[in-house]
Amino acid sequence: MELLIAIVIGVLTASGVFLTLRARTFPVVLGLTLLAYAVNVFLFAMGRLTIGLPAVINPAQGGYTDPLPQALVLTAIVIAFGMTAFLIVLALKSRSELGNDHVDGLHLAPDEVPYDKKATVKSQQPNKEASHG
Amino acid sequence: MNSLPFLPVLIPLIGGVIVLLIRQAGLNLQRLLSFLLVLALLAVSVELLHVASQGSPQVYALGNWVAPYGIVLVLDQLSALMIFITAILAVGALWYAISTKMDAQGSHFHVLFQIQLFGLNGAFMTGDVFNLFVFFEVLLLASYGLMLHGGGRLRTKAGLQYVVINLIGSTLFLFAVGALYGVLGTLNIADMANKVALLSSEDQGVVAAAGLLLLLVFGIKAAMFPLYLWLPQAYANASAPVAALFAIMTKVGLYAIIRVHGTVFGDNAQELAFFYTPWLLGLGLITIILAALGVMASRGLREQVAYLVLASVATLLIGIGLNTPAALSASLYYLIHSTLIAGGFFLLADIIARGKGSLEDHFKSGPTMPQAILIGSTFIFAAIAMVGMPPLSGFFGKVLILSSALDNEYFGWILTIVLIASLIMIIAMARSGSVLFYHLQPNVDSTDEPLNKLAYLAVILLFSASIVLVVFAQPITSMTDSIAQQLFNPNHYIDSVFNTPAVGKVSP
Repeated sequence: MELLIAIVIGVLTASGVFLTLRARTFPVVLGLTLLAYAVNVFLFAMGRLTIGLPAVINPAQGGYTDPLPQALVLTAIVIAFGMTAFLIVLALKSRSELGNDHVDGLHLAPDEVPYDKKATVKSQQPNKEASHG
Repeated sequence: MNSLPFLPVLIPLIGGVIVLLIRQAGLNLQRLLSFLLVLALLAVSVELLHVASQGSPQVYALGNWVAPYGIVLVLDQLSALMIFITAILAVGALWYAISTKMDAQGSHFHVLFQIQLFGLNGAFMTGDVFNLFVFFEVLLLASYGLMLHGGGRLRTKAGLQYVVINLIGSTLFLFAVGALYGVLGTLNIADMANKVALLSSEDQGVVAAAGLLLLLVFGIKAAMFPLYLWLPQAYANASAPVAALFAIMTKVGLYAIIRVHGTVFGDNAQELAFFYTPWLLGLGLITIILAALGVMASRGLREQVAYLVLASVATLLIGIGLNTPAALSASLYYLIHSTLIAGGFFLLADIIARGKGSLEDHFKSGPTMPQAILIGSTFIFAAIAMVGMPPLSGFFGKVLILSSALDNEYFGWILTIVLIASLIMIIAMARSGSVLFYHLQPNVDSTDEPLNKLAYLAVILLFSASIVLVVFAQPITSMTDSIAQQLFNPNHYIDSVFNTPAVGKVSP
């Protein structure tokens, strides 16, 4: 069972790292989700893997599962869930504002002005920024 | 058990919720309450600094569960100092946000601001590594909201990168915490230090790897080479009061290195004692070169200040990497200086950008700004303080760090690199100052907006710290000496965590 869990964590992490390094936001979100899954299983395994034992000390059972990693995983799941939701909304916002879904935003949208030409162009259209508001 | 240590965490949390609930009553009431909360935090932090300087760390066991089973908040001198710096910075940033009405550009600015303070203060006080992770997430989530406050294209782009890199950092943090728990069986920092001292030699490799992974995570927060690339764009594109508050965010990473690594991998840690410090020193030296080049290459003042923040982080990494009480004490002095001056500098950059009209803060010859002499003098003051020229506090901080570096075997390299980097930064600041204030073109469209004097007060407040740090250098360095002594004797910290009884029980 340890071997299986270790392989699962490894595959999840490798896929997560691969996807996180992609150039578009959607694979990056998926990659971060996979990384979060990997770390959850990893945290769980760090309390040592046991089968069929309760998480509270019970003399009749002859053993117990470490409850602390389970609490940690629960916290980590909640945080990862919230963060993923936030990231998806942010990715959608950047898709609509930047006109593309590239993480580095290097690909300029058709109407976008490069940084070093911005000042001169803006002085000709003083009200442009206000309308973006 | 004294409940005073709990207040800096409680005030912004409850205050933030109340600020959220009264949003129907209008922005002005939110502003008033938010500002009163920050002032209350400042008052409490002064009291905490006083209490902590009495000696032994104050421990607050949450839910009356004592260490190592419960989560404890620990207030020692370092925590109290960090909370105090945060409170001053928050007063300046919030005053600026209110007086320029920047808080009206988006919703919930004050709520996010308070929750950010909640996360920061919690991170500075917690005695538990997993709880540190939770507080990191709190302060990060609030910072995502603040970072994007006001909207805009560049801000969204920089914000997305900032969020992604910090989410990766959080995942790595959990991996490191999990690996440490798997070997040591505890998450309490003091208890971890005890367990590492008794570690068998075959487990040391795993713990060292987890320790370095944790260093990587804190390095992302502190913007250490090669993990600094998110910082310049994020800071340059955040709105001014947010960027000013973010000046403390890199210091959270440094604080976590001092606290977690300094305690767990301290003197008692057998072969692992201070195994991380050569990394800090080497990476700090690389970071300061790249930061100086970034200062040189910046196209706008806000970007330049962001690189100056990076240079100050690098200086602090070198100071911590030197790993002597004298160097740590000097680093803490420099930390107070660099946080407050960088915060003020971001506000000043915004004032200059407003005065320059459509040119914003770009280094291009432009119109004369209103009150140019006053703003220009302030700029010279800030530049001198930030790059570390006499007679201001940056100079004293750097001298203290470099003089403590003389004992190090690589002192030649350290002195050469730091001084060359400082020279590059001085040249770059002189150039940007002359472009902003001397190369004028009267026919470019000027702004009619006069100087916002109330907003300017916030800059004065933060910059006056530099003068205070010079005038009261002696008492302040004796305080940082005492903090450094406390940090180099982690047994004191560990004993106070374990010897605090639960309420209603007698001390054993």
